[in-house]
Amino acid sequence: MSTTNILEMRNIEKEYFGNRVLKGVTLTVKPGEIHAIVGENGAGKSTLMNILFGMPVIYSTGGIRGEVIFDGKSVDIRSPKTALDLGIGMVHQEFMLLPGFTITENIKLNREITRHNPVSKLLGSAKLQTLDIEKMRQDAKKALDSLGMTVDEWLPIAGLPVGYMQFVEIAREIDKENIKLLVFDEPTAVLTESEADTLLGVMKKLSARGIAILFITHRLDEVLAVADSITVLRDGEKVGWMTRDEATLEKIAEMMVGRKIERIKQVAKDVVEGGETALSIRNLRVTMPGEMVRNISLDIKKGEILGIGGLAGQGKIGIANGIMGLYPAQGDVFLGSKRLELNRPRQAIENKLAFVSEDRRGVGLLLDNSIETNIVMTAMQIRDMFLKPFLGIKGIKMADEKAIRTHALKMIKDLDIRCTGPEQLTRRLSGGNQQKVCIARALTLEPEILFVSEPTRGIDIGAKKLVLDLLVQLNRELNMTVVVTSSELGELRSICDRIAIVYEGELEAILSPAASDLDYGLAMAGKYRDRSREAG
Amino acid sequence: MKEYWRKITDKYGFPKVCITLFLLLLIALAFMMKQDVAAMFGDSLVRITMNGILVLAMVPSIVSGTGLNFGLSLGIITGLLAGCISIEMNMRGMAAFLWALVMSVPMSLIVGYGYGWLLNKVKGDEMTVGTYVGFSIVSLMSIGWMVIPFTSPEMVWAIGGTGLRSTITLTNRYAKVLDDFMAIPVLGTKIPTGALLFFALFCLLMWLFLRSKTGMAMMAAGDNPRFAAASGINVNRQRMIGTVLSTVLGGIGILVYAQSFGFLQLYQAPLMMPFAATAAILIGGATAKKATIAHVISGTILFQALLTISLPVINQLMPVGNLSEVIRIIVSNGVILYALTKVGGSH
Repeated sequence: MSTTNILEMRNIEKEYFGNRVLKGVTLTVKPGEIHAIVGENGAGKSTLMNILFGMPVIYSTGGIRGEVIFDGKSVDIRSPKTALDLGIGMVHQEFMLLPGFTITENIKLNREITRHNPVSKLLGSAKLQTLDIEKMRQDAKKALDSLGMTVDEWLPIAGLPVGYMQFVEIAREIDKENIKLLVFDEPTAVLTESEADTLLGVMKKLSARGIAILFITHRLDEVLAVADSITVLRDGEKVGWMTRDEATLEKIAEMMVGRKIERIKQVAKDVVEGGETALSIRNLRVTMPGEMVRNISLDIKKGEILGIGGLAGQGKIGIANGIMGLYPAQGDVFLGSKRLELNRPRQAIENKLAFVSEDRRGVGLLLDNSIETNIVMTAMQIRDMFLKPFLGIKGIKMADEKAIRTHALKMIKDLDIRCTGPEQLTRRLSGGNQQKVCIARALTLEPEILFVSEPTRGIDIGAKKLVLDLLVQLNRELNMTVVVTSSELGELRSICDRIAIVYEGELEAILSPAASDLDYGLAMAGKYRDRSREAG
Repeated sequence: MKEYWRKITDKYGFPKVCITLFLLLLIALAFMMKQDVAAMFGDSLVRITMNGILVLAMVPSIVSGTGLNFGLSLGIITGLLAGCISIEMNMRGMAAFLWALVMSVPMSLIVGYGYGWLLNKVKGDEMTVGTYVGFSIVSLMSIGWMVIPFTSPEMVWAIGGTGLRSTITLTNRYAKVLDDFMAIPVLGTKIPTGALLFFALFCLLMWLFLRSKTGMAMMAAGDNPRFAAASGINVNRQRMIGTVLSTVLGGIGILVYAQSFGFLQLYQAPLMMPFAATAAILIGGATAKKATIAHVISGTILFQALLTISLPVINQLMPVGNLSEVIRIIVSNGVILYALTKVGGSH
């Protein structure tokens, strides 16, 4: 390992619309080093890599502050092309491959080897040269062999196992002759365990050839297995750097999570002992793309605020969606002694469950309808509220505009929805006020259990506090059972009585909000159960 | 001035403001040329009432989320069929017209159900598929009109004695029954009171329907199907209701059109009719996702008045032989084209 650095990023700062997502991050990578970057979702990992790769999103939103030095020279990477020319390669999380093309063609795409033919010679045009398939295949074979892949290079991509696609991507990158730095963005997320092991082996091989590797992941055991050095990011700041020898699972986990927590709800209710169960979930499976729930069993106690946390893609979002019937679910859900029929949104609402979706604009709102229509729609359709007979004919149910207006005005006042009036279209509201409309709609259903997913996503800080206060208030004053799903652990720890952490579609731990950062870090990384087993 | 223009276009939409200005220009020209403006207004009014219900038929399909109903030809054909049957039954006057209406409804229900089933299978492509369903059915019915065993000598070809004529005169049957009902003569022209009332009645019924529980559910399904599903609304059912209603209104609309026009036009005539109706509602300010009764009324008035008034004016400006038909086609298709560019609404 030489002492000069292949990459230095100095004091990188980045703002998105006044929101600082990177606050002076410094990073150095030596040739042949495997450098892991770990952090929660939103810690700034992807933004950092987008900067390194010159993604358009960075420069269309005002550029960056700080300096990037690559191979000893200060560089200004303004487009992915510049990054490629410098010798920076990227293995994407979603595959960037053409399914109809063969492996060779994908590896050699836009870097084809060509030779002259009579026409191209005559016209003197390089564009008309014939592809030298034989040579391209040899190159592709060589790249694949160096990865220890035995797949035939003439096979089309479509139909290959997922793991193979990942390796083809890597082969494409290392086939580039000038490659000096490779970025792996959560490469093992879609791989099986044995495939992941092979991949880690390949990474070691590549680094032995002098290629530096930036490895982004949240699987901490992989980090410990291959990384030479580890940088931990949190909230856009670099909170730690260590070599492999210094690193332990606990240390990384604690660094990832640790932050000051301000309790909004002063006293966590002690609901674990006794207490009536409001909803009991047994062996729930939910098929929600990207948020698969594999096997969750959980009891929700009456009158508590239960938090559901975990990293993105681990399945926490799927739980509420599955129970409410928005995504196909299997398993048993009991309300007291009554079994809830799954996959029927109507059933769930009739049983006094209500849901504020994480996808506010996609599921939560009728964007081209008024605030009042949004608030009453579900209650009107399912509870037959806000209806009156037409000219005394009972069979024809008309919307009772007076009742709707009265109710909407009350909700606007109670939840402090900032708007020009109940007739304003929800499309025109700010994120925080849209969220309040969603909550108002759920409250109109007079639920016993309220599911709220990502209540503060995409809304500004002031509104965040209001929404969280509102949830606590509902819980305290109406004794409503609230289940909050959120990616922001700090938020859950500030309002919940208990927090369930989900990892890979299964329940990893149920923690008290006062539990240590270490416990949270381990649970988010899927290591809590192992630890407690060892300890026990 | 700029501020004012922006405010106006924001409130009413760019197309509506543009077409209104163009219409005002034409009216000014007509006055300057000393044309019979009163008659033009009378004609416009007749054309507005005769087309109004066909335009109204777009509302349930847009609101329920299947977009503009380019397959309105289906409803038009069932209406025409009902119109022919009432002649075959040798009925006359208002009774013949009303019976035709009554008979068209069950036929439209059946056809609309089938069409709705199809549209539920092709979510996302309703408008393209609808257009070609319309085209196919018009062609298929071109055979149908030949082989359906009607016998009334008023309707079948004089030579050969089988197959319906391409235009069937309604003069002795139910031509103008609505237009002449309580008509009020004004300035040498007349106001078609009956037809106006009839159009107003259907607008009122639609307005009420959109405020009923089912109407609200339909609106939710159209605005955001995922929201609707999460609220326990059966989205496919709402789309079906919208499509069936649209088809039924298409059948009623063509009969209103025919009584005013004085002819039943068969064979290829229904082919392009949905386009005129969609153009009208789009000019009124509707989009493929949102439509109101106000859009229907203002759009029909603008579109039909424009067609009626532009012809004599432009004819006089360019008095070259037989240009009037060419210009009519250019104007109407031009307006349709312009309106179709506004399907997604103007942002």
